[in-house]
Amino acid sequence: MNRIGHALSATLLACAACVTASPSTPSVPRGTGDLGLIVERAVGRVQVVEHSGMTTLSTVEGLGDLSHASVVFSRDGRYGFVFGRDGGLTKVDLLEGRVVGRVVQAGNSIGGAVSQDGSLVAVSNYEPGGIKVFRATDLSLVADIPALDDDGKASKVVGLVDLPGQRFAFSLFEAGQVWVADVSGPTPALQKFTAAGKEPYDGLVTGDGRFYVAGLFGEDGVAVIDLWHPEGGARKVLPDWGHGEEKLPVYKMPHLEGWATSSGLLFVPGVGRHEVWAVRVDGWQVVKRIPVHGQPVFAVANPAGRQVWVNYALPDNDTVQVIDIDTLEVVRTLKPGKGVLHLEFTPRGDAVWLSVRDEDRVEVYSTRTFEKLRALPADKPSGIFFTSRAARPGF
Amino acid sequence: MRSLLIGLMLVGSMLVAAACAAPMAVTRIAVDAPESSVISPKRQAELTMMVKHDCGSCHGLTLKGGLGKPLLRERMAALPTETLSALILGGVPGTAMPPWLGIVTPEEARWIAAGLRQGAFE
Repeated sequence: MNRIGHALSATLLACAACVTASPSTPSVPRGTGDLGLIVERAVGRVQVVEHSGMTTLSTVEGLGDLSHASVVFSRDGRYGFVFGRDGGLTKVDLLEGRVVGRVVQAGNSIGGAVSQDGSLVAVSNYEPGGIKVFRATDLSLVADIPALDDDGKASKVVGLVDLPGQRFAFSLFEAGQVWVADVSGPTPALQKFTAAGKEPYDGLVTGDGRFYVAGLFGEDGVAVIDLWHPEGGARKVLPDWGHGEEKLPVYKMPHLEGWATSSGLLFVPGVGRHEVWAVRVDGWQVVKRIPVHGQPVFAVANPAGRQVWVNYALPDNDTVQVIDIDTLEVVRTLKPGKGVLHLEFTPRGDAVWLSVRDEDRVEVYSTRTFEKLRALPADKPSGIFFTSRAARPGF
Repeated sequence: MRSLLIGLMLVGSMLVAAACAAPMAVTRIAVDAPESSVISPKRQAELTMMVKHDCGSCHGLTLKGGLGKPLLRERMAALPTETLSALILGGVPGTAMPPWLGIVTPEEARWIAAGLRQGAFE
């Protein structure tokens, strides 16, 4: 009897521990400001993490094909909208650690954005090409905008971002166009920039909401649209190339992410080159082509300033470098392991989280000492997204 | 009928068991090509990962397409192994498909091509 009693109380204790540890019934209310999602791309799962103590709170399954998945957040930081490659749009409750809504809205999609007021979520699609806009509350469809050029040919849509005034901007890969959709009224109004540049691969909007920048794959440079003066159309910003420069094969399409820094510079991957370009936003001149270790995929500015962290495409995807914004030179080289796919800063930039896909872990580094603070196990991690994105226009 | 079902279940569970016990061995027999006997199991596992995750960054993790075209068996099987491996090694000029020579050897490209034609990476 005594033994049974012990066993029983042990079981009860274990159950109590389960309940306390379970994110579905938090014993104490908590904020969402230090939460985030890590995409585990091969298993269709996300981890809910917190970056104060650097731990995993829960895992959420059943999100479909998450290769190239990205996430935006509701303005209260409680819900993540996960865009999957298979066209799935999944709404995840970070506090309860579960899926609260899911629609498969296209055959093949690439990313999304949340509107300025947080009421709408837009998804950009490869197949069929275009964007779809959904209500953030129940994921019901609000607008469907196919990306057809003047000849009726469909384009894959990339570089979708939110703009002030319930608008979204996006790029058409095949057509080489940038469109701005105003969804403030009952029917979307479209503004088209038809000769933006050849094969835009991604886009970003500067933090002040003024400039949309599209990186170009099919030609050198970036396309820039001044959204305060759209009548000026798209202009191209070109680096000052030397003679006979050959592009290297590109094993991974670069991404554009991040604001112009406080020093007025934007950092752009040099496509097919072992370079990051520092572009002065005021005047749109390339001020330096910074030589780096490989072909950059992400070049992201630390929100705390002074640093840009860069990761690379194959065969250099085991390396991360840090560029000092003052000197525009590489000041640190780290080798976290094979397959560094993405990096995300904590809201004030004290630490950076890196996904190391081939080694099945996420590593956290101090941006001050470059010391490794933590390694968390994760199954083929790709994107890392913190809820602080909810408060940043263009994220 | 019933015995057939049981038989199928048995084979199914054996396959599952084999997959769990020896992923390397499965990778190795997954591609029926002369190169399978000369490329090390470790390298075959690396190449499989590369096809899924690195080719997959454009062609989709499940190879059903993305920025790049689908690499599913029904499309791949229509092309000879040599054509496919030449395409992998040389890329497709004028598109985003880069030449992979230097990342993979001609032998490895033929192994990947054979695997794609057999749907081994799906």
